[in-house]
Amino acid sequence: MRGPTEKELEGYTSPVYVYRAWCKGCGICVEFCPKNVLEIDDQNKCAVVRPQDCIKCKLCQLRCPDFAIIVDDGK
Amino acid sequence: MAFDRTAHKYLRKNFKMPTIWCSGCGIGIILGSIFKALEDLNMTGDNTVFVGGIGCSSRIPFYVDFDALHTTHGRPIAFATGVKFAKPDLNVVVVAGDGDTAAIGGNHFIHACRRNIDITLIVINNKIYGMTGGQYSPTTKSGEKTTTSPYGHIERSFDISKLAAAAGATYVARSSVYHVTHLDKIIKEAFAHKGMSVVEIMSPCWTTHGRRNRFKTPVEMYKWLKDNMIPLNAWEKLPEDKRAGKIPYGVFVNKKDIPEYCEAYYEHIIKPNLNKKRRDFSEDIEAMKIKLEIKAKEGWHV
Repeated sequence: MRGPTEKELEGYTSPVYVYRAWCKGCGICVEFCPKNVLEIDDQNKCAVVRPQDCIKCKLCQLRCPDFAIIVDDGK
Repeated sequence: MAFDRTAHKYLRKNFKMPTIWCSGCGIGIILGSIFKALEDLNMTGDNTVFVGGIGCSSRIPFYVDFDALHTTHGRPIAFATGVKFAKPDLNVVVVAGDGDTAAIGGNHFIHACRRNIDITLIVINNKIYGMTGGQYSPTTKSGEKTTTSPYGHIERSFDISKLAAAAGATYVARSSVYHVTHLDKIIKEAFAHKGMSVVEIMSPCWTTHGRRNRFKTPVEMYKWLKDNMIPLNAWEKLPEDKRAGKIPYGVFVNKKDIPEYCEAYYEHIIKPNLNKKRRDFSEDIEAMKIKLEIKAKEGWHV
């Protein structure tokens, strides 16, 4: 298993997780999010700014070319 | 929280991350779709081989934690044919770019389609030679600016899907990295299909192509795909004069009645000869051994 460890994900409450080490800040997730949950921050990386609006449609996870976004699938 | 981590499970353990592709490149999205198809069809490292040639797209086999073959430019289909022919039980997946498929490997491509050998070919079409600095490729549209056509490209472009269909591939489909759910479905169908399946995926290359053609950000290229790609059934209803510049996507060919090459080879060549009597060479070998012994006694170096 690559990416964030279980320890890093422990206690995380927002439905969208962005693994900042892999994010390249291309802005695809920000553009195609239907609820404007994500934004590009001052470090040119994706940040979750409005987690309460997320509807878990997974469009950001599907379109992230760097596998940096993971979305809660409710299981 | 239970996160969906299919992609993280299949990524190769000892290869560099983040991915080597530029920011905004669509190849990562295609890799994600491949991971989902592998998970859904229960394809494992024991029954799947990935083959890649040269180019940005051909880095995909490096990232899948399966056995992979890294081959010379334009020849991944030739190598894959060999793999499939030696071990017909394997699922062979070829990932190639438009340069690999339509330019230098054009002959391998059309003849693999003609033979209908059971290979899945994923063609990532970014309309340019991205890795070498942005030279025009056979799929560059006329009028587009590249490093080798700074005044606009004057040649006409190849349509890879039409070429594959005309050459006789039994599954031909086109999708894009914007239409991800459609892409997932198409890749899964292509993996499950028996016979030559060709999937052409439109993927933007902003670094060497978009920047020179008035796209300010990679996201604008994704919006272009959204606006200019239309489903096949809508495309068929469109009048001729409105088709210019639009690209249809969907499944173009899906035939199931044409025999697969490895099966036909077994049926017509191996099976009739299985119980055939072969010439017995054991006497000849004994005679040869005696001759060699005599020569050795005479002082010959044998």
